Amino acid sequence: MLTERDLGGTGSPNGPVPLSLPQALTRWAGRQAGSLFLLPAVLLLMLMSIFPLLLSVYLSLVRFQLVPGGFKLIFVGLANYRKLVAGIEREHFLGLLADLTPLIWGMGGAVTAVLLVFVIRGAARMRPAVPRTAGRLVFAVIAGALTWLAIRTLAPGGRPGTVITTILYVFVGIAVQYWLGLILAYLAAQQIPGRRFFRVVYLLPMMITPVGIAYTFRIMADLGKGPFAPLWRAVGLAEVSWAGHAWGARIVVMIGDIWQWTPFMFIVLLAALEAQPQELLEAAMMDGAGRWQTFWKVTWPQILPVTSTVILIRMIEAFKIIDLPNVLTNGGPGTATESLTLHAFIAWRTLDIGGSAAVAYSLLFLVTFMALSYISLVHRRLAGAV
Amino acid sequence: MTPAGVLLTYVVLGGWALVVLFPLYWILTTSFKLPVHVYDGPVFIPYVDFTPSGDAWRYIFVDLRNDTLRPYVNTVVVALTSSVLALGLGTTAGYGLLRFRYEPRLGVVGMFLGSLALAAVAITMGVPWQIAVAAALGLFILARQTLGRRFVRAVGNDDISFWMISQRILPPVAVVIPIYVMFQRVGLLDTRLAVIITYTAVNLPIVVWLMRDYFRNISIELEESAAIDGASPYRIFRSIVLPLSTPGLAATFLLVLVFAWNEYLLALFLTSANAQTLPLLIAAQNATRGPQWWYMSVLILIMITPVILMAIALERYIAKGLLVGALKG
Repeated sequence: MLTERDLGGTGSPNGPVPLSLPQALTRWAGRQAGSLFLLPAVLLLMLMSIFPLLLSVYLSLVRFQLVPGGFKLIFVGLANYRKLVAGIEREHFLGLLADLTPLIWGMGGAVTAVLLVFVIRGAARMRPAVPRTAGRLVFAVIAGALTWLAIRTLAPGGRPGTVITTILYVFVGIAVQYWLGLILAYLAAQQIPGRRFFRVVYLLPMMITPVGIAYTFRIMADLGKGPFAPLWRAVGLAEVSWAGHAWGARIVVMIGDIWQWTPFMFIVLLAALEAQPQELLEAAMMDGAGRWQTFWKVTWPQILPVTSTVILIRMIEAFKIIDLPNVLTNGGPGTATESLTLHAFIAWRTLDIGGSAAVAYSLLFLVTFMALSYISLVHRRLAGAV
Repeated sequence: MTPAGVLLTYVVLGGWALVVLFPLYWILTTSFKLPVHVYDGPVFIPYVDFTPSGDAWRYIFVDLRNDTLRPYVNTVVVALTSSVLALGLGTTAGYGLLRFRYEPRLGVVGMFLGSLALAAVAITMGVPWQIAVAAALGLFILARQTLGRRFVRAVGNDDISFWMISQRILPPVAVVIPIYVMFQRVGLLDTRLAVIITYTAVNLPIVVWLMRDYFRNISIELEESAAIDGASPYRIFRSIVLPLSTPGLAATFLLVLVFAWNEYLLALFLTSANAQTLPLLIAAQNATRGPQWWYMSVLILIMITPVILMAIALERYIAKGLLVGALKG
């Protein structure tokens, strides 16, 4: 089904000599090499991702109902999605909006203005104007809507739903992991005795199952019986439970995530720092630049492409978070720590298959939007910056 | 560096090492504690604060032997098999994408997807899957023979690579319910095979991505001269390309193995009692045992020890393997 042409020059020129069967088979296999190399992987991916994705669209448009002797799928159109943005699941999915205050108007207005400028400038400068401006417009509308949602649900009186909680995990997690990883990588790249020890130790959290990390942090974070209990007792917090406090629970989840994924940033950034040419650094030092200046003017620009890629990778992966909130807090208190994947899982467990598929598709849409925006607005520039 | 700078460096690096190691230390000591040690508030140092006891270990390994052993064997089998499969399929695909040119016509790909969609709908409507798949395949072959030649626009290698790698963006939760339905229809739910197939597919994109970039750094001259000497593409791949890529293969293998070893969500959907894996066993402790931390610590320890040992052994390769991917991204 895939046509291919052999580039490697491996096919022997066709002679008129009649071939024996094994020879013919060998020659046929040689010519089909390209297909045989690629096809198994393509077919497996089609079977396990394209096919389920198509099926999933269908499932997100139906309602699942148990009937005597089995189940029934009732086609309900977009009702599952409507339920998420306007129906009973709205508070769970989008969150509770705070009342509009002048401050919220101000912040939201500022963001809207920035996005408007972005679109108008795009329309004035970009060629070909129409498709690119349309792209920017779509980006601005979605980004604006998400920012408004974030501002209004995170403001006092509001409550973030699973969409904003997930985005919060991703953004806060990546920001902390990146800067922490960069500082550690920079220090571990110095020629000091014992660096190998640090490298090996720093790698460990990445290898540990998130479920295990969740329990470990639950044990560690217990205010009455954990290792820090004497400390909490001293400040009079031993009777307070972080698990009952929305932000306390969220922060513990984020700490677990940061603990696990800072190593990834560390390893890649360290390798990038060590791969950079030493002459430039020496030249900068010769010219009398200090360490601080050398880092920002010479080193950092050089590792920008790698920076951009690790952020992209982490962003894609971080949107899938489920293990930590599920085990650490069960998504609670209430739905405060629930991520989108966990939301979909909980819907599935209550046999709301259509609702679950709709949440999952919203997540897919959100990740794709974020990844594409990041690639076209940030990644292209940074990766080509060298 | 000035002495003060060196000191500061050690303080920061040591501080983070402490942050990393302390939770592991705490789990290790907790696994040797008795309930009384936990409930009476924290005790820190064995033999000083408390007398270590092997009770929790004995309970998990002797009293609950079968409950622990089965998930353990499941995890080992599933993780190893799926990693080897993903590495096999992904390496060949990555190599193919680099050294051959593919020009599948868009229309043909579209027809293939269309047949798949029809099969999907048929299966959800209750048609037995064998018939649905056979019918879809027949339809596709028929359409390809009759209409296939009319399509001109084709996609290239870069498009295929992008498509494969972008599969990584896909959140597993968006495909897991259909996969569940699929395995249920073919009677494979709660078997190791189902988990192996799923993990292989999930890991495939990352193998293709890392290995393709790794192969790119191998000089092509060696392969060309072997081809002139009459070696087949398979032979070149096996005897020249693979041996030269051992470090990349090691790093990639470790990465996908760790993923399969630790995976939670897909196993949660696809397995129950029979094919249960370790992360599920640990997660389930919550419901059955409440906060019995000493048992949980033992389970976490037996789960993380193998991967940690492997990570220490392969530390050198990991950095290189990941960097190749990040640079070429």
